Amino acid sequence: MRKLTGLKVPGALLATLLATSAVMADPVDDTLTINGETEIVVRTAAPEHLSGAMSEIMSGWLFREDDTRIMQADDFDNPGMIFVELAEDSWNMAEGSNGKSCADCHGASADMSEVRPTYPKWNETAGEVRTLEMQINDCRTNQMGAEEWKYTGNDMVNMTALLASVSRGNVVNVAIDGPAQSTWEQGKEIYYTRYGQLNLSCSNCHEDNYGNMIRADHLSQGQINGFPVYRLKNTKLNSAHDRFKGCIRDTRAETFSPGSPEFVALELYVASRGNGLGVEGPAIRN
Amino acid sequence: MKFSVITAVAAGFVASAAFAEDVAPTAVAYTEGAVSQSLTGIPGDPANGRVILGDNGQGNCVACHQITEMSDVPFQGNVGPMLDGTGERWSEGELRGIVVNAKVMFEDSIMPAFYKTDGFIRPGNLYTGKAADDTFGPLLTAQQVEDVVAYLVTLRE
Ligand code: HEC
Ligand code: HEC
Ligand code: HEC
Repeated sequence: MRKLTGLKVPGALLATLLATSAVMADPVDDTLTINGETEIVVRTAAPEHLSGAMSEIMSGWLFREDDTRIMQADDFDNPGMIFVELAEDSWNMAEGSNGKSCADCHGASADMSEVRPTYPKWNETAGEVRTLEMQINDCRTNQMGAEEWKYTGNDMVNMTALLASVSRGNVVNVAIDGPAQSTWEQGKEIYYTRYGQLNLSCSNCHEDNYGNMIRADHLSQGQINGFPVYRLKNTKLNSAHDRFKGCIRDTRAETFSPGSPEFVALELYVASRGNGLGVEGPAIRN
Repeated sequence: MKFSVITAVAAGFVASAAFAEDVAPTAVAYTEGAVSQSLTGIPGDPANGRVILGDNGQGNCVACHQITEMSDVPFQGNVGPMLDGTGERWSEGELRGIVVNAKVMFEDSIMPAFYKTDGFIRPGNLYTGKAADDTFGPLLTAQQVEDVVAYLVTLRE
C-alpha cells in the first residue's frame, strides 16, 4: 500500500508522512506488566477458529501511543481504577428486598477471578448465552430483589470493571461449541456483514486493515479483552456494546442496541477472537 | 445545481440531452467499471474537488488515501493506495466509475460507493445510528462527484 519511494517532497514533510504511515502503522513491540507484578498476554497465537484469517492476535494496547500504554501499567495512574473502587463499595453493600450484598453470596470480589475470562457464557438454567451484564442483572433481580441496572449505565460498567480487574493475569477463554455454538455463529455472521451506507464490516477494518491508519486512527484488531475501557476521549468507562454501537454508527448504519441479542452474539464472537489474550480491563484507550 | 436548472429553462425545448437533469444514482451506466458520461453535463471544479477529498464532512477520501499534493491536510490514512499519479493510471471515465461505485471496478472493494442509494444493509441516517429516512441520498451529489473527478485527473507524477 505505502509507496514512499520517489516522493518529491521537502525533508520536513517527508518526515511527517513517514511518521503517520511507516512508523505508526505497525503495532509496537512491547510487553505489559501491571503494577510491576501482573503479566498480561498482549500478543499470542490466534485461536484455531481464526485459521486462514489471521495467525496472531494482539491487544488494542499495542496500537496505542506510548503515554497511553504506560498509564495502564500502574493502577495509580489508571483513571479506570477509580471506578473499580466505587464498584468494590457496591460489591459489599446490601441492597434490595433480600438485604444481601454480592459479597454475602460470592465472598471477596478477588475470588471472582475465573469469571470474566469465560463470559459471554451459556447458562443452562436460563437456556441462553449470558453476558456478564445479563448475569449481574439476574443476580440483582432474582437473588437480591433489587432493581436492574441499566445495561451500559455507570453502576453496571463499574461492576464489570471490578470483575475484569480481579481477572487480570488470566486469559480470555470463552466456549464457542456446544449450546453456545449457534449464538457464536450468529455473531460471526454479524462480524462479516457489511453494514450501512459505507458498506463496511468489522472485518474490513479490524481484520483486513489492522496496523493501518484510517485518517488519524491507528486500526487495531478490535479486541475486547480490555473492556470496559477508559477512553481519554470521553473520560469515562465504556462498555464493549457501546463500542460496537459506535463502530456500526460510523459506517452510516442503523446500529443495534446495547444488550440486544445481536450484540450479545457479536460479543461472544469477538471475545472468542481474543481467546488467549490477557484480561486487561479497565484498559486505557484514546 | 441551480445553474443547470436555469440553463435548461433558458434553453427551453431546444435543450437536448446535454442539458438533461443529473443522471440518477440508480441510472448510472458502466462500461467495465468506467462511467464515460458526465453525471451533470457541467464541467467539474478541481479546486472544489480538492476540498471535498480532504473534508471529513464530505468525501473524506484522505481517511484512506495519501495524496502528496494535499500534504497540507493532516492525518492521511493508508487503507487504500496513494493517489499520486492516479490521473495517469486511469482515464476520466474510469475515475468517475471508481468514485461513483468502486465495487464495479474492484470487486468487494472496501472503498465506499459515493453515488449510490440502494443495496445497503441497515442504512443509517447520516452518523446518528438511527435508520435512514426519506432524506436518504448519495454520499456526494452528482456535481460533487464531477468536482472530485476533475481534481483526480490533475494528479500526475
Ligand atoms: C443471594 C445470593 C446472591 C447474591 C446476593 C448475588 N449473587 Fe451472583 N450468583 C448467585 C448464584 C446462585 C449464581 C449462579 C447462578 C447461575 O448459575 O444461574 C450467581 C452467579 C453470578 C455470576 C456468574 C458466576 C459464574 O461463574 O458464571 C456473577 C458474575 C455474579 N453472580 C455476580 C453478582 C454480583 C455482581 C452481585 C451483586 C450485584 C451478585 N452476583 C449477587 C447468587 C448471588
Ligand atoms: C471504518 C472502520 C471500522 C469498522 C467498520 C469497525 N471499526 Fe471498530 N474501530 C475502528 C477504529 C478507528 C477504532 C479505534 C482504533 C482501534 O482500536 O482500532 C475501533 C475500535 C474498536 C474496538 C476497541 C478496541 C480496543 O482495544 O479498545 C472494538 C472492540 C471494535 N472497534 C469493534 C468493532 C466491531 C465489533 C465492529 C463491527 C460491528 C467494528 N469495530 C467495525 C474502526 C472500525
Ligand atoms: C474506506 C477506505 C476508502 C475511502 C474512504 C476511499 N477509498 Fe478510494 N480506494 C480504497 C481502496 C482500498 C482502493 C484500492 C482498490 C481496491 O479496493 O482494491 C481505492 C482505490 C481508489 C482509486 C484508484 C487508485 C489508483 O490509482 O489505482 C481512486 C482514484 C480512489 N480510490 C479515489 C477515492 C476518492 C476520490 C475517495 C473519496 C471520494 C476515496 N477513494 C475514498 C479505499 C478507500
